[in-house]
Parts: sequence; structure tokens; C-alpha cells
Amino acid sequence: MNTSAAAELDRWIRFTPAQRLARFAVFFGLVAVVAWALKTIEIIPEFLYDAPEQVVDMGRRMWPVDWAHFWPVVWPALVETMHIAAMATILGLIMGIPVGFLAAKNATPVWWLNAIARFILVATRSISTLIWALFFVAMFGPGPLSGALAIAFHSIGFIGKMFSEGVEEANRGSIEALQAVGASRMQLILMGYWPMVLPTFWSVALFRWDINVRESVVLGLVGAGGIGMALNAAIDLIQWDRVSLVLFTIFVVVILIETIVTQIRKRVI
Amino acid sequence: MTNAGQVSRGDFFAPSIAKRFAYVGVLAYLAYAAATLGLSLERIQQGVGHGVRFLAGFFPPNFTQSDILPGLLESLQIAFLSSLIGTAIAIPIAVLAARNLMPPWVSWIARLVIIFCRSFHPVIVAIIAVKAVGFGALAGIIALTFASVGFVGKLLSEAIEEISLKQIEAIRATGASFMNVIAYGVVPQVMNRFIGFVAYETDSNLRNSTMVGVVGAGGIGGTLFSAFQRFDYDFVAGIIVCIIGLVMVGEVLQIYVKRVFR
Repeated sequence: MNTSAAAELDRWIRFTPAQRLARFAVFFGLVAVVAWALKTIEIIPEFLYDAPEQVVDMGRRMWPVDWAHFWPVVWPALVETMHIAAMATILGLIMGIPVGFLAAKNATPVWWLNAIARFILVATRSISTLIWALFFVAMFGPGPLSGALAIAFHSIGFIGKMFSEGVEEANRGSIEALQAVGASRMQLILMGYWPMVLPTFWSVALFRWDINVRESVVLGLVGAGGIGMALNAAIDLIQWDRVSLVLFTIFVVVILIETIVTQIRKRVI
Repeated sequence: MTNAGQVSRGDFFAPSIAKRFAYVGVLAYLAYAAATLGLSLERIQQGVGHGVRFLAGFFPPNFTQSDILPGLLESLQIAFLSSLIGTAIAIPIAVLAARNLMPPWVSWIARLVIIFCRSFHPVIVAIIAVKAVGFGALAGIIALTFASVGFVGKLLSEAIEEISLKQIEAIRATGASFMNVIAYGVVPQVMNRFIGFVAYETDSNLRNSTMVGVVGAGGIGGTLFSAFQRFDYDFVAGIIVCIIGLVMVGEVLQIYVKRVFR
């Protein structure tokens, strides 16, 4: 009965030394990185001091909003944006789901296929929509087709990742039951995993559609169609009253779609 | 041929009439949308031809030019600073937006701010910011800060709304002030999730910071865009490989940080 050891035990310590060290390392790393970023970033101070004045000036030019511009230009562009988002979601699902199944360790017990699929997921996700759009505009020329392909390829990563997580959480029991009756690999996926990930499918499809509408707004900047074209044209022509119209339209549409998606989620899923 | 004991599988799983209409409607819309894209076999053949030439131009990727590293570092700076500032702004807004802590009129105003920040794509905000404060990293920081406020604000306010109110009541019963309630009642309950959101947000800012450069808001995106415009495809490939590497490192770090704080 060593009294000092008993005293040690009485003192409650929440974390082990290793945990404390790891936490300290994270905090230290954060502070160091922020200090480095603040010290070395190139910001022109005059621009910063001037910013409030510039913003007020821009706001003044944006008012009054040029509502007459809506029906002839903004509405058709908006419809095109919605088409792009819908097509991109479908194409993204068609391409992303197989990759998701390949990335799931239980559905595809082949490590190198998992690794390749995971790399595809990360790579497609880390190349942003705008860069994909640059590619497809160079391939297929400007227009909504390039835009839809760009968003579809960018969404492979997200869809595939959500899917592989859904598949990996699937219940092993029913899979083993299917294996026991001699189901082939394809039958395992179609009859075993697919019904179990069906809720994931709907929620991912809806969620990604919501994101894709937002994403498709920027495509017009590189000529890939949609409401971004109207925005870009208005900015290039310094028609700020039209810029504010487009921004307002985007705001309303995004809120509407989010409301629709939340309602569908509540009722159906 | 069916006898009494046998029921066909379809009887149980047949979709309802409304569901069938919904499916048909969605399919019809998709067919219409596909038709408006202007897809033709000729165009695809041509496009694939271009694409092959394009990919051939990518190899071997060129890492030798000296403006990759400064661009990547600037992207990193934008990502870190905007996450930090964005989170700092988002915390009070999220507290104000939580309906279980605040009167309705306060939470509505705060929620409007969050919705406003969330509904614009970072690149759109970046365009406006470039017009307001000129080209460079500052515009990128403003754009991504905006996005961070929306994202962290929304998730954090939802997390606060889901906490258990019993602990809040217990702390209030001791006569704690509002700030004390936040510090001892709310923070311990949302801390873990909060760290998760911030890690995710930093990761997504890192991704977006490679993109805002396309509209002149600093970072590697500007280098990439100009390389693209002068058809310097092997350099484009080099930059993209670097971006993918950076994002992968970011993802690994994010997982590590989350694990440390679990």
C-alpha cells in the first residue's frame, strides 16, 4: 500500500499523456499555421481600407434592380441551369454508384480495386467544377452539355463516397444468407446490398441535386451555360442593376430548392 | 394457378399510384432536359477526339515551372485564414440562431444571415469581392469567409438546437449568467461536433481556395487558369496533380484531427 500511488489514483486525469500530447500538437500546429499565413500573405493595405467605400459604391449602382431584364434573358438562363443540374445529378449517380460499390470493402473484397476506386473518388472531388468545366468546354465547345458533364464528374466523388459508406454499413446477415444459397456477386449487389442502400440512394440523389443547382450557377463564368452566363455578361458590361437581378434570382431559387428538398426528406425518407 | 397459400411478391411491393406518377413525371422531365442539351453522335465523336488529344497533351505532367509552389501556398493561406475568420464570425451567429436559446425574432434574423451566406456559391461571392477589393488573396479570403459563416453557422446552430435542455436548466438554477450557461451548458455538449464541422470546413475551403483563383481571387486557380488559356496542358496536368495531392493531405489531416478530439 504505497500512499503516494494511492494519491496519484485519487487525482482524476481526463486524458492520457499521449492524448494530451496529440492535442497540444494540433493546437500548436494550428497556431503556427495561422501565424505563418498572417505573416506571409500578400494583402495590399490600401485595397483593404478602400473596401467599404467600394462596396457602398457597388451597392448604389445595383439599385434600382432592372426587373425588365428578367423574362427575356434571366428566365431562359435559369431554366437551362435547372436542366444542367438535373442531368448532372443523373449522370453523376450513374457514374458514382458503381465506383461507390467498388470502393466498399465488403461489396468488393479486392484491395487493389478498393484503392483504385478510392483514388477516383478523391481525384474527381478535388478537381473543382470550374476546372472540369474548362476541360469539357475545350472538348465539346461552350454550352450546357459541357456544364452538365462538368458537374456530373465533380459529383462522382461525393456520390461514390456516400454510397460506399452506406454499403459498408449494410447488414451482414442478409448478405450471408444470400451467399449461403449460392448467389453470384452481381446477385449479391442487386438483391442484397441495393435494397439496403436504397434510402441512401434517395437521400444522396436529393442532396446532390440541391448542391448541383448551386454549383451550376458558376458554370457560365467559363462559358458552360446556365444563369452564370447572364451574370458574367452583366458584370462584363458593368450593368450592376442586372447583376443584382441575377443575384436575387439565384437567392430565391436556392432557397426554394432547399425548402423543397427538406419537405421531401421529411415526408418520404 | 395461384392457390390460397401463395401470394405474389408484387402485391406487397407494388408502388402506389402517386409514386408511379411521380416516377413517370421525373422520367419525362429528364428526357426533355436531355433533349435541350443538344447532344448528337457527331458532337460526341468530335468531343472524344478532342479529349484524347487533350489527355495526350497532359503527359508527361510538368512540375518544373516555379509558380506552382507560391500558388499552392497562397491557396493554403486563403483556406486557413478564411476558416479561422469564418468560424469566429459563425460562432456568435450560430448561438443567436439557435431557437432553444433565443427569442424567435433574434433567431430569425440570425437565420436569415446564415441562409444569405449559404445561398451564394463561393465563386460568385469571389467575383463580387474582386470587384470590391481588387485582385488578390484578400478577395479569396472574403469569399471563403462568407461561405464558412454559412456552413459552420448552419451546422452549429442545428447542433445547439439538439442539445439536452436539462443541463442548461441545472446550470441556470445555480444562478449562472448567460455567458456561463453557454460556457458550461452548451459548449461541452456541442464541442465534439463543432470540431468535426470546422475540420470539414477547412477541408472544403482548401478545395475551394484552389478554385477562386479562376476569377482572380488569389491562389493556385489563377495559375491554372492562365496555363489553360495559353494551352500549356502539361503544366495544367502538373498543377492538377499538386491540387489532388494537397486535398488528399488535407483529408488525412482532417481525419487525424477528428480522431485526436474524439
